[in-house]
Amino acid sequence: MTTLPPGPPPRGTTAPRVRRREWLHILTSAARTPRGMAGSGLTLLVVLLAVIGPFVSPYPPLQFVTTPGAPPTSKFPLGSDILGRDVLSRVLDGGWQLLLMATAAMLIGVVLGTAAGIAAAQLRGWRDGLIMRTVDVILAFPQLVFALLLVSILGPARWLLVVAVGISHVPQVARVIRAAALDVSERDFVKAVEITGVRQSKVMSGEILPNLLTPLTVEAGLRLTYSIVIMTGLSFIGFGLQPPAPNWGYMINENRIILTTNPWAVVAPAILIAVLTVGLNTFTDAIARVALGIERAEMVIAEAAAGSVTEIPA
Amino acid sequence: MTVATPPSRLVVEGLTVTAAGSGAAVIEDVSVEVAAGEVLGVVGESGSGKTTLGLAMVGHARRGLKIAAGAVRLDGTDLLSLPPAELRRLRGAAIAYVPQDPSSAINPSLRVGGMLKEVLTAHGWQGPEADARLEEVLSEVGLDPRQGILSVYPHQLSGGQQQRVAIAMAFACRPRLIVLDEPTTGLDVTTQRTVLETVARMCASYGVAAVYVSHDVVVVGELSKRVAVVYSGRVIETGATADVFGAPAHPYTQGLLRAVPSPERSGRLVGMEGVPPRPGQRPAGCGFAPRCPFVMQRCTAAMPELIPTDRAGQLARCVLVETGQARAAGAVAPASGQDLAEPAPSAAAPVLQVTGLDAFYGHRQVLSGIDLAVPPNTCVAIVGESGSGKTTLARCIAGLHTNWTGQVRYGGQPLTPGIRRRPKEVLRGIQYVFQNPYASLNPRRTVGGLVAQPVDTFAGRRRGRRDDQEILDALRSAALSVELVNRYPDQLSGGERQRVAIARTLVVSPTLLVCDEVTSSLDVSVQAAVVELLRRLQRQHGLAMIFITHNIALIRSIAQQVVVMHDGQVVESGTVADVLDRPRADYTRRLLDDVPKFSAAMTGASDA
Repeated sequence: MTTLPPGPPPRGTTAPRVRRREWLHILTSAARTPRGMAGSGLTLLVVLLAVIGPFVSPYPPLQFVTTPGAPPTSKFPLGSDILGRDVLSRVLDGGWQLLLMATAAMLIGVVLGTAAGIAAAQLRGWRDGLIMRTVDVILAFPQLVFALLLVSILGPARWLLVVAVGISHVPQVARVIRAAALDVSERDFVKAVEITGVRQSKVMSGEILPNLLTPLTVEAGLRLTYSIVIMTGLSFIGFGLQPPAPNWGYMINENRIILTTNPWAVVAPAILIAVLTVGLNTFTDAIARVALGIERAEMVIAEAAAGSVTEIPA
Repeated sequence: MTVATPPSRLVVEGLTVTAAGSGAAVIEDVSVEVAAGEVLGVVGESGSGKTTLGLAMVGHARRGLKIAAGAVRLDGTDLLSLPPAELRRLRGAAIAYVPQDPSSAINPSLRVGGMLKEVLTAHGWQGPEADARLEEVLSEVGLDPRQGILSVYPHQLSGGQQQRVAIAMAFACRPRLIVLDEPTTGLDVTTQRTVLETVARMCASYGVAAVYVSHDVVVVGELSKRVAVVYSGRVIETGATADVFGAPAHPYTQGLLRAVPSPERSGRLVGMEGVPPRPGQRPAGCGFAPRCPFVMQRCTAAMPELIPTDRAGQLARCVLVETGQARAAGAVAPASGQDLAEPAPSAAAPVLQVTGLDAFYGHRQVLSGIDLAVPPNTCVAIVGESGSGKTTLARCIAGLHTNWTGQVRYGGQPLTPGIRRRPKEVLRGIQYVFQNPYASLNPRRTVGGLVAQPVDTFAGRRRGRRDDQEILDALRSAALSVELVNRYPDQLSGGERQRVAIARTLVVSPTLLVCDEVTSSLDVSVQAAVVELLRRLQRQHGLAMIFITHNIALIRSIAQQVVVMHDGQVVESGTVADVLDRPRADYTRRLLDDVPKFSAAMTGASDA
């Protein structure tokens, strides 16, 4: 999606092969900031738990092992759920599917939204109007309601859930990317390429897209978070992943009745979702800061070279 | 400076400004003196630290910087040792600062009258006295207070008027020291002239010690009797303007002067490559050593002292001065060069013929009845003030501006307004170099990728099978090192960026090159190098070229024909010699008169 500009260094030179991968650079330097460290640490923690969990869970997640709603004991560290299944096992097992689906939904949303946003910004005129009004119509529904609508009409298939959540992201992403792309499309380097008669699709992918790195990275992180929230939300109201397979969102829903006898059945998945959301948000925030910092430094250098002065003494 | 120097009003001693974090020096050990009524010119290129120096002289350091050492004495009081409250009382009253961009320096939500009143009341002027002073200072800067200017908002004023309001604010409380930081950059020559005259007159009549910071050698030469040349945070040469600019001792000053174009002289400009070293990356020894043509071992060992030259009062910081070789080393006179060989007027059909072109922005007509012909192998300069429509004309030709009527013929074929319906051959043949190289190169592409792009487009070749040699040749012909091929634009200097932009157009062998103010965002030394490059390339490749500029002084260094534009119309056109030596239109004459002139600066410095 965020392919770097095709600028392969011509062969046969003595010049060193420098290919600075900028997005990688932004990610690694973001991860090195305190904010980024905290964010990526929390995120990784939850992701690791979800990935390794299924292999280390003490009991099969679907097996009834003890009395329903039993409080924690040494044998069942987080107690049992409403049907007497081990909460710890279900928590360990109920994450990977959710994360996988959330990532897929994020990708759908960001790819479609970015394409729509860039096209609207670059093509202008009636095509801009068509794309953005369509987006506005989808935007008129709250995101959760829109996903709910699709799922309730077409049934709760897993792929459909991913597509529905993904599509519900498109308007938000398209709006943000269009605003950023409008700015880029007016810059001289885009005109300089257009003037040579390059196809619009190539202008969009080769000139504009690589310069939207900052909003794209931030959007990706943000949409992943929203995907998780919406999917767990859908599960909570019974439209997402269906029982009996464990997932964090549905666990909160089914176990709220036994909140008084074994609160861990609700609190444990809730904490994991919260930690993941906070971690992701913190990390994308760090990315945004680093990316902005890079752009600002570029701007300052350009201004200094153009000889303009902005600061005035008090 | 002679024996009869009046006592100095402003004495700056050993002023040093450092970055607050790293401690790297931005300004190092600067000492200057300014007498009452005198204007000291501070000259330097971007990155030299001149703005930081100007601010430090009024006791201010920008965020991230701090004044680390030295003294700024105004009539004996050290501004730097004053408590902040005391300093604030002096600011506006005894010391004033005029920043570069008036539109960002004056409050857009206050009326002109209210703004000036604010300054006056803040410093103890009351009632009718303040009103009287307010009207007085406005008429002094050439704005009539009776014509309702007091109740006008800044956005309703032109750039020149805004700058005059800013100057009026600075002079309102009759300050003793005033620092002007490039107050005329961004104004066209006519406005620049009136603003400069105002400044000179007011400084003289109030006995103000003035410091005029600028990159424009000619303007400084015209305005000030004494100058200090700043490079890499240090004063590298100082003295009477006539001495420093007439007989420069430091190789940097010599180079700077050779790079200055003149409307009277036709000649090659000699540029200086490279950029001033950034703070914290300055070399040991002389900061200019990496760019200096006369560099020797001693230069890189230790910073030379600022020592007297053979002219009274002229000091320079160079090893050559110590050894007495300063005059011998550099050709002292500003660029004499060879005159350009005038190509024979071509009888061949013009490459580009514009007839009766009208252009519009919405319903507003910005160009009317433009006629223009560009013969093969000829450079036509289009000159005019900002807003004259010269860039719009270029954009119409290149197909970037589509709302026009009339006829533009390229090689005999009429061109369509937009680029979409122009055949590939036409798109390849007309190439366009943009004004600002900081905006015209995709920051996410390498130099090689940028130059390869038009080749791929026009040859239709797939990536991976491209002819690298072609790209490297284009870089070489634009005087760029092939080492830069993998760099990204943000790793290049302004001059290098513009060369990449030029290489990108040359690589597809155009017939017509349209250059839109290609040097206006570059320093004068780099401007000279780029203009010289374009001149050479135009000759070498037999290009037809349109060179758009607001700087009439540049024309002789590059063009054979010139078109003068004003208010969207062609005022005058003809060969360079005809138009510049025997201008027929009043407007051309005015434009030529208003250009700051170097020779006038030299001779006029003693009696101004």
